[in-house]
Amino acid sequence: MSSSNATTFEVLDKDLAKKIDTIIANNDSNSTKLVGILLEVQDIIPKQYVPLEVSAYISQKMNIPLSRIYDVISFYAALSDVPRADYVVQLCDSVVCKVTGNTDLKDSLQDLLGIGINEITPDGKYAIESTACFGACDIAPAIRVNGKVHGHLTSREKVKQVLDNYK
Amino acid sequence: MSKTVSFITENFGKYDPKSIASYEAIGGFTAIKKALAMSSNEIIEMAKAAAIKGRGGAAYDTGRKWSQAASVPGTNKVVICNADEGEPCTFKDRSIIQNDPFRLLEGMIIAGYTVGAQNGYIYLREEYRHLRELLKGAIDQMKAKGYLGNNILGSGFNYSIHLYSGAGAYVCGEGSTLIESIEGKSGRPRIKPPFIKECGLFQLPTLVNNVETLAIATAMMTHGTADYVAYGTEKSPGTKIISLAGNVKKPGTYEIPFGLTLREIIYDIGGGITNDNELKFFQLGGASGKIGSAAVVDTPYTYEDLAKVGLTVGSGGILVVDERTRVIDFVKSIQDFFIHESCGKCTPCREGNRQISKIVDRFVAGDQKSDDLATAERFANIMSNCAFCGLGETAQSALLSAIKYFPEEFGVKGGN
Amino acid sequence: MKNVKIIIDNKDVIVPEGTTILEAAKKVNINIPHLCYHPDQAIKANCRLCVVDVAGSKKLTPACSSYVFEGMEVSTNTKKVRDMQKGVLELILANHDQDCLKCQRNGNCELQDLCRRFNISKTNLEDTVEALPLDDTNPSLVRDSAKCIKCNRCVEACQKVQEVHVLTHSHRSTHYNITPAYEMPLEDTLCVFCGQCSAVCPTGAIVERDDTQKVWDAIHNPHKHVIVQVAPAVRVALGDSFRMPKGDIVTGKMISALRRLGFDQVFDTNFTADLTILEEGNELIKRITEGGTLPLITSCSPGWINFIEGRYDHLLDHLSTCKSPQQMFGALSKTYYAETRGIKPEDIFTVSIMPCTAKKYEAQRPEFTHDGIKEVDVALTTRELARMIESAGIDFPDLEDGQFDNPFGIGTGAGAIFGASGGVMEAALRTAYEVLTGKGLPHLEFDAVRGLEGLKEATVDIDGTELKVAVANGLGNAKILLKQIQNGTSPYAFIEIMGCPGGCLGGGGQPIKSTLEVKAKRMKSLYKIDQDLPLRKSHKNPDVIKLYEEWLGEPLGHKSHELLHTHYHSRHKKYDFSGLK
Repeated sequence: MSSSNATTFEVLDKDLAKKIDTIIANNDSNSTKLVGILLEVQDIIPKQYVPLEVSAYISQKMNIPLSRIYDVISFYAALSDVPRADYVVQLCDSVVCKVTGNTDLKDSLQDLLGIGINEITPDGKYAIESTACFGACDIAPAIRVNGKVHGHLTSREKVKQVLDNYK
Repeated sequence: MSKTVSFITENFGKYDPKSIASYEAIGGFTAIKKALAMSSNEIIEMAKAAAIKGRGGAAYDTGRKWSQAASVPGTNKVVICNADEGEPCTFKDRSIIQNDPFRLLEGMIIAGYTVGAQNGYIYLREEYRHLRELLKGAIDQMKAKGYLGNNILGSGFNYSIHLYSGAGAYVCGEGSTLIESIEGKSGRPRIKPPFIKECGLFQLPTLVNNVETLAIATAMMTHGTADYVAYGTEKSPGTKIISLAGNVKKPGTYEIPFGLTLREIIYDIGGGITNDNELKFFQLGGASGKIGSAAVVDTPYTYEDLAKVGLTVGSGGILVVDERTRVIDFVKSIQDFFIHESCGKCTPCREGNRQISKIVDRFVAGDQKSDDLATAERFANIMSNCAFCGLGETAQSALLSAIKYFPEEFGVKGGN
Repeated sequence: MKNVKIIIDNKDVIVPEGTTILEAAKKVNINIPHLCYHPDQAIKANCRLCVVDVAGSKKLTPACSSYVFEGMEVSTNTKKVRDMQKGVLELILANHDQDCLKCQRNGNCELQDLCRRFNISKTNLEDTVEALPLDDTNPSLVRDSAKCIKCNRCVEACQKVQEVHVLTHSHRSTHYNITPAYEMPLEDTLCVFCGQCSAVCPTGAIVERDDTQKVWDAIHNPHKHVIVQVAPAVRVALGDSFRMPKGDIVTGKMISALRRLGFDQVFDTNFTADLTILEEGNELIKRITEGGTLPLITSCSPGWINFIEGRYDHLLDHLSTCKSPQQMFGALSKTYYAETRGIKPEDIFTVSIMPCTAKKYEAQRPEFTHDGIKEVDVALTTRELARMIESAGIDFPDLEDGQFDNPFGIGTGAGAIFGASGGVMEAALRTAYEVLTGKGLPHLEFDAVRGLEGLKEATVDIDGTELKVAVANGLGNAKILLKQIQNGTSPYAFIEIMGCPGGCLGGGGQPIKSTLEVKAKRMKSLYKIDQDLPLRKSHKNPDVIKLYEEWLGEPLGHKSHELLHTHYHSRHKKYDFSGLK
């Protein structure tokens, strides 16, 4: 088995480890709360993802096999094992938004952020993700940014106004 | 005059959902006070009389479900509120949680009391995380005032509600899959038997109810069954909260009595088609629903009438599509959805979706092969017959109904 | 237990309540097609191949996960059923590497069998396989996801049976796959290489690494003196690969076949099994009488060694310092054997035939070299040997019987039972008893430690002193004993652990389809070999005695320590979090 330099971490430092410990403790170190714990941990990791070292840390702390943690991260769309961005801009690509027409919204986003769908800006600040329906069909066209829903984005101006909040 | 009603949704806009005091001020918690003074059997009889079909989409009679759950032996049972609402074009549960969270929580207590459970779990989809604080706040306030916890209102009944989060998986709306998720695992459905009602969450007897179903339980308990069944038809009594969206002028959440026609819903409540275009087709009940052609728009929205034209109420979603959308593009969108959401564990769904998707892509591009249609139909039927769970069974409903009603869009001459 | 009467294909069948349709059908000789089902594992119901028609049900019913009810009417071969089953099979094939000609499981594959059964021909489905990269950088196993049908049998073996938890299903939909965490290659994980995954895989998705070409090359190299040692568990399993009755004792034919393959000398690992008992038996006595670390735990199972090194490295002191019989043989082959035969160690090529995939990992451990020369050059599994025999055109079932060569040809019954769970324990007790008491054993068989159950214990009366011992097979069961030791509640003096369920006779390198039923037959055969041998105690092996007298000296002596003992160590953990406190 290969041995990597065991103490070089990409994101894990004492501070982050402590925060993760707190999240685990707040969830009673209950392994059934793994999904919620991973979401909370992902929220505090820059670029919003869960790298191997963090999964390995949680695996050891909570005595959950690493393979199960990976199964959970890879299964759920809201969890990512690869870096995303500071602001994840989610665009619904499901049937309702297609029917009501989200091409203008798509174009505006790509134009304003300078990247395509499912891409990340070079400075790692923004990512555009196409997702499944998040239940904002009545206020379409809509986006979610880091969990906050913004609807009625019927013009490029309105999209810009929303994105300006995320600098 | 508005054709909408407000029975389930009567509290919407009438109080501050963040404040328990304002809920109490409008008569909140009457329902659990009444329920705790009744026996489990009496409540079950009420539910049966109200004939509430499960509002998640399975449409199983709630009274019967509660009766079965109550008769499972044991005192350690569990109630789960399925707030995963993943069907596209469905946002009614969101509306209930946003506008009247306490009604939902009361419903959970009533369900727990009726079946003999002491713990309730709400599985809230991650996409509604912005409502988490609201729900948590409501639960905490109820705990503080003795509506949750031990010996609720001096009745001797103990009940706690726990909040769990989804993480972006439509398949977790299926009962056994939801349970896997609450147990901290990936969402793969469980083999049945054993059935959830005997062996569910943490291997305990489990009752799963939809948000709307629980809200109706509260409304029914507050006002009595007679008021509820005064609405609707004989076979579909009561009201339904629908999610109307798509090419309509006024998309939104509406509560309607069963029996209104689709035309009334789309044109009177929905304000008609965007830009006054022509209605082409609609899809009821979310992505897993069949599509209905404009020809049946005068069908009353009831379980029995829709069944006659091969449609279902499902989740209560009503997606309206006008002439601008090609059926094949619509079908592709549904295909993409299921490719995204299938859990992947069983062959027919995983591989069937993969293959049919490639065929649909060819149809979209206009270079389908001569045997593509037959192949797609064959494997769609294999999926609906052999898949492990409801997702695989219904993933191709839209495609099969599209081929039936719009054969010309698939290069088939004439209709069936 | 209530009985239920059902009708399958117009035949009446009476079965106990709780029987599945699949099992009931077998009772009337109907074999409903299936892939994910395995008789020794939990029901999975994910391949969906076993769907049948049950009267009254609109949809088809999966036979493996549906239970019979009184009066049930099942049809297994209607047009609809056959069409659906064929369709499911076509779907599996469409995302499966169909280049069978170049696959290690060609001719021995459950998917091939089904294709033949359904008369599969070319379909109009798109058959571009979407798969993860090949994982072949470790010494023992090769994983090819292009051949994976996602049945999850390997996941069950890894998680539920072995409790190693390296393999898992991950992702969803068309990305659904079986992988280690973060798709690391096995060599970067805590995989113990027990190969139980490869033993249950229905196709060629997980196979043992094929090292046969290295052996052919050595045999064809005129400058190499190629010798082979064979483990006890191989001689009761090899016949499986040649359609002989399961569990048949084929020692004689096995030796003849090895000679015909071109090995210069054919030796018996049972010899070094006896040697191991001399060393380990004395080690046990020493620890008991001198207050050493107890319980003493056996160390001949490399899957088990990888397991304790990776996860319980704080308990390494409990391990016997003895090498496994494979490695003891290897060490002797490059020293004692080289010396006494006058052959240069670098010209000797030592091959072992093992029921085990982890032996390949063990053979390449850097510490198992002597003066820079590997003790064991190649470890082959039973399956690879079978393939070599077939490729040489040898008609195995009709071979004449051969004999092992000297000086490593004699193995006692105690050495022979090393292949069964409890065998090492029994062999050790036979010797320890006589060494400690100076008396002959009244009764050689220790029934309490025999059998396929995962956890066994016994209290042995050594002339008045009570010795508590335990035997575990399967790593999940090993964990139970380790936790006791961790908690300070272990009552045992001596523990035998074999990594694989049933012991080495059920090893990860044994012929495919080694079900519980087959393992029981092998076990019976091993104890029969023991019973029929004139010598049944390791310390009575004349060649072992000679080895000590003429060369090794004393058990646990200086030369023994140098060649026959080793130290185990912590397997490198990928991350050390201690610096974060």
